[in-house]
Amino acid sequence: MQKSMTTYSPWNRFFNRNRGILIGGLAVFVIVLFFYIWIPMETVAVLNATVRISTPLVLGALCGLMGERAAVINIGIEGQMLMSAFIAFLFNVWTGNLPLSILAGVLTGALLGLLLAFMAVTLKIDQIIGGTVINILAVGLTGYFYSTGLTAKGGLGPIIIPVLSDIPLIGPVLFKNPPITYAAIILVFVIHYVLFYTRWGLRTRAVGEHPRAADTVGINVYKMRYVNVILGGSLAGLAGAFLTLEAIGSFERLMTNGRGFIALACMIFGRWTPLGSWGAALFFALFTALATQISFMFGETVNIPHQVWGILPYLFTILVLAGVGKRVRSPAADGVPYTKE
Amino acid sequence: MDSNQKVPNQPKFLRSILDVLLNENLWRTILVQVMAVLLALLIGAIILLISGANPIEAYAALFRGAFGSPTAIGRTLEKATPLIFSGLAVAFAFKAGMFNIGAQGQLLFGAITAAFLGFALHGLPPFIHMPLALIGGALAGGAYAIIPGALKAYRGVHEVITTIMLNYIAINVTDYLANGPWKDTSPGNVVARTPVIDPAAAIGKLGPVPIGFIIAILAAFVVWWLLGKTTTGFEIRMVGLNPSAARYAGIKVARTLILTMVISGILAGLGGAVETLGVVGRYQPGFNVGLGFDGITVAMLGKTHPFGVIPAAILVGAMKAGSSEMQFASGVAKEITDVIQALILFFVAADVIMRSLLRMGKAGGEEVKLSTGWGKQ
Repeated sequence: MQKSMTTYSPWNRFFNRNRGILIGGLAVFVIVLFFYIWIPMETVAVLNATVRISTPLVLGALCGLMGERAAVINIGIEGQMLMSAFIAFLFNVWTGNLPLSILAGVLTGALLGLLLAFMAVTLKIDQIIGGTVINILAVGLTGYFYSTGLTAKGGLGPIIIPVLSDIPLIGPVLFKNPPITYAAIILVFVIHYVLFYTRWGLRTRAVGEHPRAADTVGINVYKMRYVNVILGGSLAGLAGAFLTLEAIGSFERLMTNGRGFIALACMIFGRWTPLGSWGAALFFALFTALATQISFMFGETVNIPHQVWGILPYLFTILVLAGVGKRVRSPAADGVPYTKE
Repeated sequence: MDSNQKVPNQPKFLRSILDVLLNENLWRTILVQVMAVLLALLIGAIILLISGANPIEAYAALFRGAFGSPTAIGRTLEKATPLIFSGLAVAFAFKAGMFNIGAQGQLLFGAITAAFLGFALHGLPPFIHMPLALIGGALAGGAYAIIPGALKAYRGVHEVITTIMLNYIAINVTDYLANGPWKDTSPGNVVARTPVIDPAAAIGKLGPVPIGFIIAILAAFVVWWLLGKTTTGFEIRMVGLNPSAARYAGIKVARTLILTMVISGILAGLGGAVETLGVVGRYQPGFNVGLGFDGITVAMLGKTHPFGVIPAAILVGAMKAGSSEMQFASGVAKEITDVIQALILFFVAADVIMRSLLRMGKAGGEEVKLSTGWGKQ
């Protein structure tokens, strides 16, 4: 029959491959719709919070996966975020120029990416220790140079996209966001495209899976690793800028609060893919947002200590990782320094 | 193990000490570590200069505050004590190829459990009460470390992520306990903290030397013996060097990983317990912050050797003890010592730089790798 031929069409293949995701997505949509009809205000609030909470996580996860696709483990995302958040904040305090502040944050992240690449690729330091150096350095430097009483000159406000933002439910959640949130969503697709559909992406993955083979065919392993880790660092820098310029509006000591590590968990849960990491970040953020909303709604009637809500995101991350467990596979050369012969 | 190696008329103990002292590699390693510290201090001085402070004045005050008087030395040893424990905890896990960033969380549980046993029990004689509280804290730390150990062993979840998550959970749980069921209810208290421990549970001092410090030195000896002289220690090191070979040789890798993590947690828990019973006298949130993380620097600076950890902890402890004096005398913020610690960690890890500066060859000895991929063991 004519019908059976279409089994091989790309659309059919797409549906077959992603059946689980599509069914899951549909289920989520139905549940969200149900809640939207039942309690529209709260639903929009939770979804807004989800998008907001997921932004630094997805940026951090993208940072992590860019490094790891090129076989450099980056556990210094936390430190890169913290340092960038601080520098972006300082530029905002000094100049009040928001684009310049974002740029300063991004460059700070890139600079720390350079430091990590130098340690991991050139010096061949154990990458876990290299990342820890960045984390401790960021805590020390931000703590040393931060003085209370600095006030930021404004923050990034939402950009309302006309027409699209008038759609019920989707409009206020997706099209009334501040710029870095939009940037994070766009970057997910950009990096997905670059990683899987361009020569650069193919080379990056080759360097991460089998550097010796990549080297043999003339790919510069060191250069690929350096550039990927630096670009990844700039994404962590953007996440830091998000925290001080968009989300909170000022700087506090240790304000990243483990987000860099949760981002790593999102990356693993998302199996080192940009779309998967985004899904994981949204999932995690939804959980956090729900916890906050529930404690907000029922906090008066049910007396649950706030620490319980504080624990939930971390507990959830551990459970997710334990559940994913050995089914995930990291890039084959992950964490292994390469020595050219 | 070595029962067949009997050399008469020559005390084995003295001979092995002599062997160690005459080892050229040891002195080279020490030289590299000292250079790393000096370079870190130099860069720290540059940062101080940039921020408009006088580095010589600041470092002089730092030194005065750490070693300037018997009281200062006592304070340095007091600060070094929990760092020896957390350094040993990190170093011990490292031997099995694991990076226990969770020493912080295990330490918090050790601290609060010791505080609970300290204030809840009364009327026991000191020689029972104090060890009881100490052991309770140690076991609490060890029990908490089962989670990352088991997740690593059976589910292949990288311990760096789980232990960091568990740190945040530990902070929340201890906060809750100190602010809820175990809160100090004496009139006038408004902050979150437990009541003061019973005097019978307190760990005292011998002159300026805290007894906790002596316990820490003993712990270092036990760790050295466990790692170097027992079958368990051999298995742990083998798993760290090559898990596949260890499995092939019939070592139960999963069991060894969990055991390593538990012992590491016990050491961290002891650190928290000693800090509570010997210094703070109660559990108060925020008082033990960073002690576990400093353990990373201490372990690396001490080359993950149990005896290397002791001088490394004294050095970091000295920076902590002297930083208040430095802040007071020269107005330099305490956090500069964090920066110096990160730089020390960098230069110690990057011994390639140091060795090329000192014109030495590559480091010898066993090398353990931490950065295995996330999903693997």
